[in-house]
Amino acid sequence: MTINLPTSIPLQAYLVLAALLFCIGVWGLINSRNAVRVLMSIELMLNGVNINLMAFSDYLDGQLIRGQVFTIFVITVAAAEAAVGLAILLSLYRNRETVDMERFNLLRW
Amino acid sequence: MTIASFTQLICFSILSITLVLGALGVVLLPNIVYSAFLLGGVFLSVAGLYLLLNASFVAAAQVLVYVGAVNVLILFAIMLVNKKENLAAVPGLPLRRVLSGLVCGGLLALLIRVAFTTPWALPGPSPVGEEATIRIGEHLFSDYLLPFELASVLLLMAMIGAIVLARRDVFSSDIVTGAPVDQGLIEKARTPLLIQNTVQEPVR
Repeated sequence: MTINLPTSIPLQAYLVLAALLFCIGVWGLINSRNAVRVLMSIELMLNGVNINLMAFSDYLDGQLIRGQVFTIFVITVAAAEAAVGLAILLSLYRNRETVDMERFNLLRW
Repeated sequence: MTIASFTQLICFSILSITLVLGALGVVLLPNIVYSAFLLGGVFLSVAGLYLLLNASFVAAAQVLVYVGAVNVLILFAIMLVNKKENLAAVPGLPLRRVLSGLVCGGLLALLIRVAFTTPWALPGPSPVGEEATIRIGEHLFSDYLLPFELASVLLLMAMIGAIVLARRDVFSSDIVTGAPVDQGLIEKARTPLLIQNTVQEPVR
């Protein structure tokens, strides 16, 4: 018997990988108690989206690589998000003396 | 099968295994410092995937921005807020983990089904390869000029916002303690040594 390996990487492999990364990020976002880990999960989700965009850009839009331009914008916004998110986290930590997400319930009813 | 495509397959397998295991480690490891370093590994393997997808410029941007800036920023945040604290038990936490795991698994199944049932227009046009950087530059200065300029405004806003949010309130601690404000005092403004010198509870 011979194993039929594909001659090149299919597009679906990248899509499945991006879906896995995104779902791991969503699970971490819901279940993390530490606020820094929540920010890391958001970065995981953004990276999953970026892999999707890059795969489409290479496989379906090889001449006008619009996916790569979108990825650069996503990276820019992610950098801004990380800076502002960590600043908010620092000021929260200064006010509440904790990073436990369960205790950040100031705006809950 | 040529040698090059076989090498590509091996690289893709190694990178994807690193990526998934690293992402699981980021989410599941109890020590958050290990999570932060594994996050750097995840970013690096995503950059490797970009190299496999003929995008050297975006791979370099990924390494510079994510590994060089975002990951270091997260490590600094961990150093600033890393206090051993015993998390209070929340009722129903295991049930919540299982339920959210089911929801995420369902989302994953849905996404995989979409990926395999959609008739993609393959093969598309041939990739530009190494000319990608030139194309990105043309895009950024012609049809994506407005988002490009808006991104610079966004970065400026984020920088000023982060400075305003993370700045310590120097003047109040100066009035309370009566000590001259220098950098060491600013660093120690919230330590118990200075708080017990204050007359009343500091206003938060």
